[in-house]
Amino acid sequence: MSGSVTPAVRLVSRLRLPQQPLWRHLLLAVAGGFVLYLVTVHLNPYDNLQLAQVGIYAMAIAGLSVLTGTNGQISLGHGAFMLIGAYTMALFGEHFDLPLALPLLAAVGVSAALGALVGLPAARLRGPYLAGVTLALALAVPDLTFKYSSVFGGDQGLIVNPPTPPAGVDAERWLARITLLGTLIVLVVLANLLRSRFGRAMRAVRDDEIAASLCGIRPGRTRVLAFTVSAACAGLAGAYLSLATGVVNPGGYPLFLSVSLLAGMVLGGAGTLVGAWWGGILLVYLPQWSTSISGHLALSSAVSANLANALFGFVLIAVTMLAPSGLQGWLRGLYAVVSHALSHRLRLGTTAVTGSESPDDVAADVAGASPKDLTPALGTERSSK
Amino acid sequence: MGLFGDLTLIGISNGLIYAAVALGLVLVWRATHVINFAQGAMATFTTYIAASLLDRSVGYWEAFVVALIAGFVAGALAERLLIRPLNARSELHPVVVTIGLLILLEAVAGAIWGGSERGFPAAFSRSGLVIGGTTLDFSHFDLFVLVAVVVLSGAILGLFRYTDLGLRMRASALDREVARLLGVRVGSLLTLGWALASLAGALAGLLVAPRVFLSPNNMDSVLVFGFAAAVMGGLESPSGALVGGLVTGLAISYVTGYLGSSLATVGAAAILIVVLTLRPEGIFGRPAARRV
Repeated sequence: MSGSVTPAVRLVSRLRLPQQPLWRHLLLAVAGGFVLYLVTVHLNPYDNLQLAQVGIYAMAIAGLSVLTGTNGQISLGHGAFMLIGAYTMALFGEHFDLPLALPLLAAVGVSAALGALVGLPAARLRGPYLAGVTLALALAVPDLTFKYSSVFGGDQGLIVNPPTPPAGVDAERWLARITLLGTLIVLVVLANLLRSRFGRAMRAVRDDEIAASLCGIRPGRTRVLAFTVSAACAGLAGAYLSLATGVVNPGGYPLFLSVSLLAGMVLGGAGTLVGAWWGGILLVYLPQWSTSISGHLALSSAVSANLANALFGFVLIAVTMLAPSGLQGWLRGLYAVVSHALSHRLRLGTTAVTGSESPDDVAADVAGASPKDLTPALGTERSSK
Repeated sequence: MGLFGDLTLIGISNGLIYAAVALGLVLVWRATHVINFAQGAMATFTTYIAASLLDRSVGYWEAFVVALIAGFVAGALAERLLIRPLNARSELHPVVVTIGLLILLEAVAGAIWGGSERGFPAAFSRSGLVIGGTTLDFSHFDLFVLVAVVVLSGAILGLFRYTDLGLRMRASALDREVARLLGVRVGSLLTLGWALASLAGALAGLLVAPRVFLSPNNMDSVLVFGFAAAVMGGLESPSGALVGGLVTGLAISYVTGYLGSSLATVGAAAILIVVLTLRPEGIFGRPAARRV
């Protein structure tokens, strides 16, 4: 889906997709789901497991991306919400025998509720403060599970039973399918949310809080709601991750997980839902690439153990300083340049091709804002203090 | 001494270290309105430098001073290379960059010195002082922590209050444009603010290492405690950071002593949420009108 979505969307846009966002997003999701289904058929079990992990990270990053790119809040603690979702999954599985969808929904509900609780102070906080609070959360939630180790199983954690696949499908393929289904549902919900009144409110609050409240938007309520939605996405991702790993323990959800979600979000492109896929791919494959690189270069074990993290840190700094709109922003810029050049050469009506009517706008009007629109607004505010 | 007395003494000596971290965060915040999430990792790095000097049988105090100087230089470099170019950007970008620096420094420290914990010597004996026949939970080393943090924060407060340089630093923190129009070289002062902050962080790293051992991410939770302290003090005031550090140290000491040792970070998170919900400007800060 990741590689094919942008060209596919452009192509399909000329075939006049439905104007209604809901139908449009559903149609795209069904098409993407069909492609992904075919992909899972052809992959071996190991690659299917990797694909499932890409979907899991993309889910969490998409939620984070809405929070940061669309609402201007930053969270360093989404790993904690993933842990909460994972434990909800495990505890439900331990005590009840329910169809898979119910504990997944419970994970969404519990992490959303706790997200709202944390989001309440966030309603009054601005960027760096919230970052600090969520950083504390990323450390506190795993520690809290040790306090109640009779419930959460302490260091060992809890076992999560893998979902039983239907006959003739191996476990990894089934896991990949249900995970990607979850990811697509999350993306459709988020894409619609961004196009709704609430999405516009989030952007208005991000760009100018006072102007937004003059228009009748309540900034505090909007922030809490954005944080809640994003925590719910992380909780669902955590529940799926516990299915993929078969176990949930605090060691599996360290501060580094939260930070790497942030890294994936920034690298993919804050505020774009397509960028979430790039982020997920990076989070799954960068460690593998770095392992194989250090194997080729015969690096010492201390270096190779840390190479992936060093790359993450370096790339995070470099992207933020040099290309803050991330991979997706860069691709979009490239596409704009190419299509502009092409349309000039072919003497086509340029407005019809590159105009703002394209359905990819959900991402475009969110992502386009991050380097250009945000900068003057927040920049002047900072220097006037 | 009963449990309460012991916990109080432990809280004070830990709180002083949190105060040093908070002081660093406050200095950076005043200078550039950025929270340096990499401060803990920078301190870990400078402490590792001291530790490897000690391994090469350099004297303790020489290694100590080298680590402080390394911290000073690292802070200046971070401001010049990473923060200055982001000057006009959204306030989220510096957060992301300092997080990137945190990951990078911890990984590089792990690559150079290995991921396992190692000890770090204390400057003075760590056995409790004996006063009137009772052994206190407060050692010679804790006394040194007290003196070092008080001297550092006294020096920084004195710098701000009584020197011309400090006046210029305060002016550029208050209003960058006006200060620049009045002939203050704002840029160098911002760098100096970062350098001093990172020196305070390096001191905290050296003081905390004998207790928590030295490992690439040993400062993660200390940074959170320091952040809680700084927020409690209002993020703007160095003296608020000192008081906030002590209060945070005491609160966390009581929480871990009475409720369970795994609850330290939970306590810090609770402090942050309560303080920011009830008084976002900090207990000692003044409500600031935001210019729009």
